[in-house]
Amino acid sequence: MIQLENVSRSFTVGDQQVAALRDINLSIAAGDYVSIMGPSGSGKSTLLNLIGLLDKPSSGIYRLDGGNVTELNDKQQARVRSEKIGFVFQSFHLVPRLSAAMNIELPLILAGIPPAERKTRVTALLENYSLTDRADHRPDQLSGGQRQRVAIARATSMHPAVLLADEPTGNLDQTTGREVINLLEQLIEQNVALIVVTHDPAVGGRARRQLHMVDGRIVSETGRET
Amino acid sequence: MRLLDVAQFAAASLRGSRSRTLLMILAMSIGVASVVVLTALGEGARRYVVNQFSSLGTNLIIVFPGRTETAGIGPGMLLGQIPRELSLDDAQALLRSPAIARIAPLTLGTSQISRGALNREVVVLGSTAEMLQVRHMSMGLGQFLPVGDVHSSESVCVLGSKIRRELFGNESGIGSWVRLGDRRFRVIGVLSSQGESMGFNTDEIVIVPVASAHMLFNTSGLFRILVEAKSRDGIASARRDAEQILTERHHGERDVTVITQDAVLATFDRILRALTLAVGGIAAISLAVAGVLIMNVMLIAVSQRVREIGLLKALGAPATQIRKLFFAEAVLLSGIGSMVGLILGEAGVLAIGRLYPALPVDAPWWAVLAAIATSLGTGVLFSVWPARRAARLDPVRALAGR
Repeated sequence: MIQLENVSRSFTVGDQQVAALRDINLSIAAGDYVSIMGPSGSGKSTLLNLIGLLDKPSSGIYRLDGGNVTELNDKQQARVRSEKIGFVFQSFHLVPRLSAAMNIELPLILAGIPPAERKTRVTALLENYSLTDRADHRPDQLSGGQRQRVAIARATSMHPAVLLADEPTGNLDQTTGREVINLLEQLIEQNVALIVVTHDPAVGGRARRQLHMVDGRIVSETGRET
Repeated sequence: MRLLDVAQFAAASLRGSRSRTLLMILAMSIGVASVVVLTALGEGARRYVVNQFSSLGTNLIIVFPGRTETAGIGPGMLLGQIPRELSLDDAQALLRSPAIARIAPLTLGTSQISRGALNREVVVLGSTAEMLQVRHMSMGLGQFLPVGDVHSSESVCVLGSKIRRELFGNESGIGSWVRLGDRRFRVIGVLSSQGESMGFNTDEIVIVPVASAHMLFNTSGLFRILVEAKSRDGIASARRDAEQILTERHHGERDVTVITQDAVLATFDRILRALTLAVGGIAAISLAVAGVLIMNVMLIAVSQRVREIGLLKALGAPATQIRKLFFAEAVLLSGIGSMVGLILGEAGVLAIGRLYPALPVDAPWWAVLAAIATSLGTGVLFSVWPARRAARLDPVRALAGR
C-alpha cells in the first residue's frame, strides 16, 4: 500500500545541505505493524512526516495505494491526509478551547460530513474509547491518557488506512502508555497499517516489523514472529 | 467544509479568547458608533438651518432698499445721501407681476409697550394681513391684522406670546388696550409660540398695521418687502419682475437688492454638507484604525495558533480552508462590531435628540451604510494578510510550534 522508492530528503541549514533521509526503500502493506526506532536525528520523524504527506521528498517516488502522491498539489494532498491518514502525536495536539467531542469531530467537520452522521460517529468513538462521560470536558480537564485516547479517536474518525504515531507514549507513564499501545494495536485488526516512531524499545519491540534508522538510512529490519 | 461549520468554528475560536474578542468588538463598534453619531450631528445641524430658513416662508424673495451687490463707496454716499426708500406703493406695485402670489411690506422699530404699570421695550413690526401666510406664522388667540387698505392706520396690534404673558399673565388680553409709544392700540390677536427663527424671536414682537407703524416711528419707508412667488420654479421670474418693476418706479435706477431665500439656503446647505462629510471622514479614520487593530490581533492570533494551524493541516485541511477560517473570524468580528456600533450610535443619537429636541439629529442612511461597509471592508481587507500567512505555514514546523 505504501511504497517508497529511493526517497531522500535534505534540508538547507545555513549554507549547508543536511541529508535527513538517504535512499529510503520501503513498502508497507495494509494491516502491517511497523515500528521505527533509532537515535534522535536519525530521520525517524522526517520519514513519518513524509509518509503522512506533511513533508515532501527532495527526490524519489512515494506511492500510496498505487498512485504517486508526490506530484499532487496542496488541495489533493490535504484530501489524501483527510481520507487515508491518521496522526497521533506525542503532545496530543488537541485544540484547547474545544471539548473532547468537538476535537474528535474536527476531521469530520473539515471533510464536510453532514452533522447527523458526525454525531453518530462521534458518539460511537466516545463509547469505543470510554470517553462518553468526558465528552464535554476540555483537554485541560482531562488526564494524559484520556487526552491520548481523544487523539486516537480523532485520528480514526475518518477510518484511515494508515495510522502514524509519533512517540505516542512519550508523555505518558508506563501503565497509560501500555493502554494506549493496546488501543493502537487493536486498529491492526481493522486492517489499518500502524506505523509507530519511538525511542522506547519496549514499545517498538511489540511491532511485527521493526526498522532501525541511523543517519537517515534504514540500517536493519528485524521481525517478530507472531 | 460546510459554511455553517466554518462560521461555528470561527465563533468558537472567538469565544476561546474572550478578552481579545471583546476588545476588538469594542474598537470596531466605537468606530462605527462615532461615524453614526458625528454624521447625525452634522446632518442635524444642516437640517436645523434648513428648517429655520423654510420657517421664514416658502418660495420667499426678500427686497430691501439700496444696492449691496457692488462694493465700494458710491458718489451718493459721499454726499450724505441714503438710498431711495421703498414705499408702500412700491410694494403694492409688485403684485402686478404674474409670478408673485403675495407680498408683505415690513417696517421695523423698537418702542416701549405698556399696560398700566407694566412696561417693556419691544420690537414693533409694521406689516399687513398677508404677513401671516408669507412668514408662515400661526395664531394662538384672536385674529391677525385685518385685511384692507394698506394705508389705513388702524390702532390694532397682535402680540407675541411672551409679550402677552408678561403684560396680561393669565388673562387672554384680547380686546384690551396697550400703549405703544404715544399711541394706544387694541389687542386683537396673539401669535402662537414659535420660538426663535433665524435669530428673530416672534414671541417677543408686536405686530401693527404698516401705516400705524409709519405713524408711530414717523417714517414712510419700508425695511423689507417679503415677496412670495407662486411656485418654486417661479422664483427666478418673480425676482426678475420685482427688480424690473422697482427699477421702473425708481426712474430707471436699480437701487434695490433682491435676494432669494433659496440662494442663501443653498450656500448654508453646501457649507454644512461639507462639514458633515469632513466630520464623517474623521470618524472613518477611527474605523480604519480599528481595521488595523483587527489585522494586528489576527496576526497575533496566527502566531499564537501556529500549532493549531499545523494540526488542522495534518487533519486534512487545505490552505484554502485555513484561509477561509481566519477570514470568517475577521468577518464575524467586524460584523458583530459594526452591529454593536450601530446600536451604540443610534442610542447616542437618540440621547442627543432627547437632550436637544430642537436639533433634528438623525444619521443619514448613506452614513450608516458607509460605516457598516467600511467596518466590514477593513475587517475583511486587514484579515487577508494574516489569513494568507496562516495558510502558508509549513505543517511540520507549525506542529512543532515554530
